[in-house]
Amino acid sequence: MNNIIKGEKHDWEMVIGLEIHAQVKSNSKLFSSSSTKFGSSPNSQVSLVDAAMPGMLPVINKYCVEQAVKTGIGLNAKINNYSVFDRKNYFYADLPQGYQISQYKYPIVGEGKVTIDFKDGTSKDIRIVRLHLEQDAGKSLHDQNPSKTYVDLNRSGVALMEIVSEPDIRTPDEAGMYISKIRSILMYLDTCDGNMQEGSLRADVNISVRKPGDEYGTRCEIKNLNSIKFIKQAINYEVKRQIEILESGGSIEQNTMLFNTSTGKTRPMRNKEEAHDYRYFPDPDLLPLEISEEEIGKIKSSIPELPDELKNKFIETYKLSNYDASVLTAEKQTSDYFNETINSDSELKNYAKIVVNWITSELFSLLNKNNLDLNNSPVSPENLGQLIKLISTNEISGKIAKDVLEDMFSSGKTARQIVDEKGLQQVTDQDEIAKVIDEVITENPKMVEQYLGGKDKLLGFFVGQAMKLTKGKANPKMLNDILKQKLTKKN
Amino acid sequence: MSKSSLKETLKDLDTKKISIRELNQDYLKRIKEKDNLNVFIHFSEENVLKQIDNLEKDNTIKKLKGIPIAIKDLFCTKSMPTTAASKILENFNPTYESFVTQKLLDEGSIFVGKTNLDEFAMGSATNTSFFGNTINPLSKENEPLAPGGSSGGSAAAVAADLCLGATGTDTGGSIRQPASFCGVVGIKPTYGLCSRWGIAAFASSLDQAGIFSHNVEDSSILLQSIAGFDQRDSTSAKVDIPNYFENLDDDLNGKTVGIPKEYSIDGTPMEISQIWEDAIKVLEKKGVKIKNISLPHTKYALPTYYIIAPAEASSNLARYDGVKYGFRSDEIDSLDEMYENTRAQGFGREVKRRILIGTYVLSAGYYDAYYLKAQKVRKLIADDFNKAFKECDFIVTPTAPSAAFPLNEKQNDPIKMYLNDVFTVPASLAGLPGISIPFGKDKNNLPLGIQILGKHFDEQQVFNAAVSLERSYE
Repeated sequence: MNNIIKGEKHDWEMVIGLEIHAQVKSNSKLFSSSSTKFGSSPNSQVSLVDAAMPGMLPVINKYCVEQAVKTGIGLNAKINNYSVFDRKNYFYADLPQGYQISQYKYPIVGEGKVTIDFKDGTSKDIRIVRLHLEQDAGKSLHDQNPSKTYVDLNRSGVALMEIVSEPDIRTPDEAGMYISKIRSILMYLDTCDGNMQEGSLRADVNISVRKPGDEYGTRCEIKNLNSIKFIKQAINYEVKRQIEILESGGSIEQNTMLFNTSTGKTRPMRNKEEAHDYRYFPDPDLLPLEISEEEIGKIKSSIPELPDELKNKFIETYKLSNYDASVLTAEKQTSDYFNETINSDSELKNYAKIVVNWITSELFSLLNKNNLDLNNSPVSPENLGQLIKLISTNEISGKIAKDVLEDMFSSGKTARQIVDEKGLQQVTDQDEIAKVIDEVITENPKMVEQYLGGKDKLLGFFVGQAMKLTKGKANPKMLNDILKQKLTKKN
Repeated sequence: MSKSSLKETLKDLDTKKISIRELNQDYLKRIKEKDNLNVFIHFSEENVLKQIDNLEKDNTIKKLKGIPIAIKDLFCTKSMPTTAASKILENFNPTYESFVTQKLLDEGSIFVGKTNLDEFAMGSATNTSFFGNTINPLSKENEPLAPGGSSGGSAAAVAADLCLGATGTDTGGSIRQPASFCGVVGIKPTYGLCSRWGIAAFASSLDQAGIFSHNVEDSSILLQSIAGFDQRDSTSAKVDIPNYFENLDDDLNGKTVGIPKEYSIDGTPMEISQIWEDAIKVLEKKGVKIKNISLPHTKYALPTYYIIAPAEASSNLARYDGVKYGFRSDEIDSLDEMYENTRAQGFGREVKRRILIGTYVLSAGYYDAYYLKAQKVRKLIADDFNKAFKECDFIVTPTAPSAAFPLNEKQNDPIKMYLNDVFTVPASLAGLPGISIPFGKDKNNLPLGIQILGKHFDEQQVFNAAVSLERSYE
């Protein structure tokens, strides 16, 4: 891959690392039993602990720990038998304790890696530095009153996993693919709902540029991006900004930036004098977290098939390309749908590529157009399987099948029903097709003359006319063959 | 003045020699008479009468039914405000009951009031309270003495016979030192024996609830009532709580007492060295083997404590920010100003001093030199004790380096004030149980205390040694 950016004066390379904050899928918070339900009325899910009342103490939610371990395993990472919760001290109105409980020196999960797959069939490993557990803060609402700020503590104390990558990412696309891959793994594991819009998954992006082969440059961190589109935009803007500064003889100041989604620009969040000293120290209210190999083993055995395993299985079993298989496994619902479709008829496994295409192009575009996703698709995997079976046995043409699918989508009927009701079976009778072709030839003598005179392109015209007469039902290959034969015979 | 003990009172209540109402009327009367001592931050006769009414209607048998108990105002209570002796919590009314006070309520005890303390338990004289000094009941007419601290109000409440027992908390000596100053018994159990849930935190890794009482037997009864595992406190211990009172045994024959040489400190008053020797002699007579031991890191205990405790406090007290509850300054133009003015006006000098020390020792660039090193020394101090306890069953030392001092002494000299904790802090750092019992008097006829330290969760041995010494002294 060529990742070189041409500057005015030099070639440049971008170096990117991501810190992903993923909300742990759990009914209750990391250190209290309050609910984590999204969208509840403000301050309705706040326990005494979440509000940091005097004398209240955190108690670790074991389920959240298991979720983190599960995720670590899914990221091919080392699970640490010993980890420690630290306090990160700073004042903010929506941080009731005056500190966030996080993990600093001893995270629960150590080094791991994930693989991203490119369209050209190649792939790349992105290394993970660590994953640690921490509490989310509440939310400050500045727009409710001109002179007041309100605080909603529903999120306060919700468990987050911070997943930190090495600076192995070199393009905005890779950054997008990396976060998609992480999201996919978390959703397969059911450890995060992956909902970026609701903020269940968001990322801080660390960016620097360097001349190829040089040491890493000074980085800036763009905080709190909650869509892949914004991540790419922010990277592109920030890289351009940094190159411009460097090429005009300036230097990059290490800084924390915010990305303005309406202007597409980044700006510094605070200046150096305001830089925080978080005064991390082990939280004396909590004991170190100890997890035995036995417990890890137990969690490991509960883990479902992950996208990469499934991808390899699909490649092996159905002879799919690496890219097709990775698209199919990117989301659990897609691979589930594929599995159900292909298993709905024993013949279909020989037409796996067709199944992939019908899911990822035809069905996806219909779903997109109707703002639906696979989970609420009006076309069930069995019905799609039936449709593909009709195509594979030449009962209907691919072109007709598209119309049938649309009909299935809106009416909820099966492919068979529609084909039978509308008489859409493909015409595969040689004589019948020949009869139609004769008719076309007889009715268009001038065209025949021109065609025979060398205007080869007119073949399409004859095909079209014949198709029209058969209402699109003629088997295209047979139609073509017979047509060519007849027109040559004339010669 | 002969004070009735909890044990006797329970008998009198049981035999109907006295009613719950009569008993508590008696205490109410004394509480009102001794108003000048400023023992209570919150006292409401009405509230006490209401509790009596409720208990009279209650037919169930309860262990401490009707017993008047005073509560240090660091324990959150539903029926009374909780201030931690700070302006920042001046009007705070918890909606919840601390683990320890709930246990006492479940046993049927009556809360007579919330006692004064040093602000957020930071002090050794109960003179940093936003609500003024508590006066040691043993003071002479014109020479008010400090009751010690931080649980000075609770110690004074027992000494002045305003209750039959009181709760305290001990972080570096806050139960044992005031017990010594007021001539009462004060026990700080092993760290983790009593849940910290609902106690406003000072230093989480050191804070521990305990009991003040007139004598060791009462102490053993009350400690059993407040001890026990609590899943809401991750540092609470899952241990069986024995019946300390039933198991009391003053026969120490064959036991070994450790006498740490490092506790002989230059400048310790003669009288204190004397009572220490007296106690050793008494034990020897009882057939206890005397073993000279060494706790070599003792001299580092005080500086270690004054790094760790403020560090934790600086973080624990960050929640008092004016946002959610408690005091908020009126002078606010920005969020930062709200924090600055709220905390500047809401906290007293000593609390601010410790927040500053704690913030400093945790800061980038200083953490390793101070906090991290202090944690390592803490480990060494704990190891000293572990080694020593291989050779002895309990350790005896003086409780404090002096008797109660005049109220205004040391007010402006924090270092001198911190030295009060010199004998109590090491056991706090090691999480060990310790009791202070009155043992002898100084030349001004003020009580002096002897401290007995035991192994982790070996409160029984501590009580046994204490009751033995106490009985021989009487």
